[in-house]
Amino acid sequence: MNGVLKTQRLTKTFGGLIAVDNVSFELQKGELLALIGPNGAGKSTCFNMLMGQLKATSGKVYLANEEITGLAPRQVWRKGVGRTFQITATYSSMTVIENVQMALLSHYGDILRFLPRAHLLHRDEALNLLDLVGMVNQADRHCAVLAYGDLKRIELAIALAHSPMLLLMDEPTAGMAPKERVDLMELTAKIVRDQGMSVLFTEHDMDVVFTHSHRIMVMNRGKLIAEGDAAEIRNNPLVQEVYLGGGTLFTSEVASHA
Amino acid sequence: MLKVNAINSFYGKAHVLRNLSFNVPKGHVVALLGRNGAGKSTTMKSIMQLVRPSSGEITFKDEDIVRLPSHQIARLGLGYVPEDRRIFTDLTVIENLLVGWQSPREGAVTWTQEMLFDLFPNLAERRNNRGKALSGGEQQMLTIARTLMGNPSFVLLDEPSEGVAPVIIEQMIKVIGQLKSEGLTVLLSEQNLHFAQAVADSTVIIESGVKMFDGTLETLNSKPEIRDAYLAA
Amino acid sequence: MEFFVAQIITGLANASSLFLVACGLSLIFGVTRIVNFAHGSLYMLGAYIGYTFMQVLPGGLGFWSSILLAGLSVGVIGVLVEMLVLRPVYKAPELFQLVATFGVILVIQDIALIVFGPEDLLGPRAPGLRGVIRVMGEPIPKYDITLLVITPIVALTLWYLITQTRVGVLVRAATQDREMVSALGVNQAWLFTGVFGLGSALAGLGGALQLPKGGADLLMDFHILAPVFVVVVIGGMGSLPGAYLAAVIISVLNVFAVTYLPQSTLVLMFIVMIVVLTIRPYGLFGREEVAGEHGQVGEPERPIKPASARMQLLASGLILLLAMMPFYTASFSLVFTTDVLIFCLFAASLHFLLGLGGLVSFGHAAYYGGGAYVAALLVTHVNTPMELAFLLAPLGAGIAALAIGWVCLRLTGVYFAMLTLAFAQLLWSLVFQWGEVTGGDDGLVNIWPSEWLKPTIIYYYLTLLFCVGGILLLRHIAHSPFGYALRAARDSQRQAESTGIDTRKIQLLAFGFAGFMGGLAGALFVFSKGSVFPNELEIARSFDALIVVFLGGVKTLAGGVAGGVFFKGIEDILIKFEYWRLVMGLLIIFVVILAPEGIVGSLRKGAERLNLIKSRHM
Repeated sequence: MNGVLKTQRLTKTFGGLIAVDNVSFELQKGELLALIGPNGAGKSTCFNMLMGQLKATSGKVYLANEEITGLAPRQVWRKGVGRTFQITATYSSMTVIENVQMALLSHYGDILRFLPRAHLLHRDEALNLLDLVGMVNQADRHCAVLAYGDLKRIELAIALAHSPMLLLMDEPTAGMAPKERVDLMELTAKIVRDQGMSVLFTEHDMDVVFTHSHRIMVMNRGKLIAEGDAAEIRNNPLVQEVYLGGGTLFTSEVASHA
Repeated sequence: MLKVNAINSFYGKAHVLRNLSFNVPKGHVVALLGRNGAGKSTTMKSIMQLVRPSSGEITFKDEDIVRLPSHQIARLGLGYVPEDRRIFTDLTVIENLLVGWQSPREGAVTWTQEMLFDLFPNLAERRNNRGKALSGGEQQMLTIARTLMGNPSFVLLDEPSEGVAPVIIEQMIKVIGQLKSEGLTVLLSEQNLHFAQAVADSTVIIESGVKMFDGTLETLNSKPEIRDAYLAA
Repeated sequence: MEFFVAQIITGLANASSLFLVACGLSLIFGVTRIVNFAHGSLYMLGAYIGYTFMQVLPGGLGFWSSILLAGLSVGVIGVLVEMLVLRPVYKAPELFQLVATFGVILVIQDIALIVFGPEDLLGPRAPGLRGVIRVMGEPIPKYDITLLVITPIVALTLWYLITQTRVGVLVRAATQDREMVSALGVNQAWLFTGVFGLGSALAGLGGALQLPKGGADLLMDFHILAPVFVVVVIGGMGSLPGAYLAAVIISVLNVFAVTYLPQSTLVLMFIVMIVVLTIRPYGLFGREEVAGEHGQVGEPERPIKPASARMQLLASGLILLLAMMPFYTASFSLVFTTDVLIFCLFAASLHFLLGLGGLVSFGHAAYYGGGAYVAALLVTHVNTPMELAFLLAPLGAGIAALAIGWVCLRLTGVYFAMLTLAFAQLLWSLVFQWGEVTGGDDGLVNIWPSEWLKPTIIYYYLTLLFCVGGILLLRHIAHSPFGYALRAARDSQRQAESTGIDTRKIQLLAFGFAGFMGGLAGALFVFSKGSVFPNELEIARSFDALIVVFLGGVKTLAGGVAGGVFFKGIEDILIKFEYWRLVMGLLIIFVVILAPEGIVGSLRKGAERLNLIKSRHM
């Protein structure tokens, strides 16, 4: 078995409400797996349980055959999982490069050092990461004045700082122009290929989902209701009913990705 | 009906809108297109004076509204639906509607709760639920309904399709069509070209706060270079 | 049994004023997000104004009209305060608005002194309600019974207003998102003013109602502040039923404590609070405070850089100037400069926590006064040599800070701030009431430095060494990986936790370190004065530090020090005048309105505008 991530009957209840209901799936090495579904279907809850922001009510999560259920986010990160957020989370009082240096300081165990000047540490490595996401010429700009799309790239650079085996991306292209969406997803796909990483992402833009994922899972009311490639998902009547609708809202051509 | 003339707006130190001008004629649905960070939301907020433009004019029904407090602009019949819904999550659906209530306005539809529940049947079932118990789609419906309670003659809709399932967007398209047939004027900001094409009479495209295109959808479709640069995949 | 019932009735009656003041505060906080520290002052004004009316208006009707008139008058005063002081600062960062309310406290203190005079006033009895009623054989004052009836009526009226009317719906909506309420056509400016007026009127009513049981004096403002905050926090910020229940719990417990454990009355309140918050972190009826994304104002903080060569030169020059001071000034200037240096270190230690960590501690005096007391207690009780006591003081303060921080850091935002205040008050109460060990109100005296350090000049150099060294160390750590991690935890806890940073550990260490440095300042203080009194642990002392940090500028590394010099300098000039509080208060309010970035931030902006220095923004 070379599953990078595996969940077993993952369940989360809030009071009487079942937000995530017995979700089991497996993510293979090098795979780009999309998780789609209506708002409130449980995608974010599911994500937060994988990363440790939420404790699962029951069920298990394995990373490369090691159980990580119940670990705190920072412990999950140390096991080799990076994540980007739906609403970007960057350090607004720092420069672009300092944002990335921060992740490197953590990765190299420098956080509890009181004497060196932080902005001089791991600078070259941070520049390389910024180069990877195309932000190197903005390295010394103040994060708070950047455009949204650029913040998303910084987040990606932060998430890649410790060369994770798995990347979790929560609506990576939300709030971007179509051209930017394509660029970001192609960049992600390239990194996945080059570094042998795996990606699980949620997304509402069906053009992005159908073009850039290897496989798609659909959630509704906490349950996985369908799984398959783009064509299978598009033609699934149940998915059309609860989520996709009549198909007016995405490009009709499906790029083949196989 | 709404004229925006050469406005400049700043967000902190960032110069977001640069000499932006456009008109929205009465009864039209105009889509304001552009990527995130292009200045769409700032345009909407500048019209509501939630962000104060540093220069330029905005007139609504020939009245200068620059520097007016936001609540007075709302009372002129300009309804604002914000991009991230911003419903009052601790209040029930009915209470949310009550916050938006304004007295009837001449020349605009007078909405009642029951009319809105007809328009958004999902909300009717959940009228006594708190905002936070609603799903994302229902919250999106509620934020529109709440603004309609003020009987606006003009609605600013900021990214209604953001983060919403395609099925809900299809419902939204129907609602906007209905509003238009009731005589409302709409300025809609969008990134989803498919959505804009389904509802809008004309479009304004902005990039880094500068207007790049202003015209009908047919004209836009005949200029693929513009469409591809700022919008199309 | 009879006795118990009587005690409970007395407690319930005492809860009346406390509840009125607390629910006013809670209401104001809910809508405006302002923690109105001047609320105690409004309560005091209510008592004085009620008393004044009672002197003029005769009989039972006069008595009750006086109480209502006091409430109304204080409501009007609240409206004025809101319009004149708070409206101009709503655009400033949220916590900066607090400083404006500190200014209001000082102004009202002196105005009350001018108008009502320095003597304590004994409250008149309520006409017609002088006697007692026997309940199960125990005598209960009739006025207590009356209060028992009035409070639930006020509470129910408020509850109806908030939950059942459109105005109430608007108030609740504004609590969540004021900008949106305004965009829906509601004049939020007047909604704010109205709520502030109502909250103030309730405080005034509370002040007037307690006259027959207490009276009016100039210390009422600070005395009510701690219990009111305890009640609001125990009940849950913004919850009316919570405020009522908490007021009852505190008051009833207090009545029993007076009977059985008179030495513990003050301490008990804070212990209850700590216990409640340990079980329910957001109070009995409170909900988690989610920092609102909307209505947040102020520019994001800029990246920090190590000092430029020019700044380093400037700082070295200044230090040299200070080092040369004994050669060109008189000894009283040295004493004054010693005070300023100590205060700057104290302020810088709070700035480290507040500015870099975003951790707003309302009780930083706990570590400053705590350090002073550790040293004083060691010297007094175990004859510790001065040098050793001096070193153990910051250590003690640091350990206390670690323990207190460990509890407080479970909470965030205003709850965190309130809990730090509560711990500071707990320490103050301990020192104040445990007279045999701490000397109580008489303090501890004869705490002098060793012989070799006694000369003013030598002690001055000791202070200079530790204060400048401490401030430079704090500054250096800001640039270290630890300092960066602290800022990362403040800017985005989500991102920091998701990249392997244990934010709570970082914040706890910062808390301990800030406490250590505060304790160092306290140790320097106690040996320079030779004595220490409980007021070094008081709320007012914590406020001094907060004012200084905010005035100096939270978002600038030099903020604490600049504010400290400014504050001490002004205080030294003003204290010679009789009504210095009034002037100081007004000055604070003006600085808040005119320089919302703080002194350093505003100077920097001005210099940037004049192109004297390069903008660091891009």
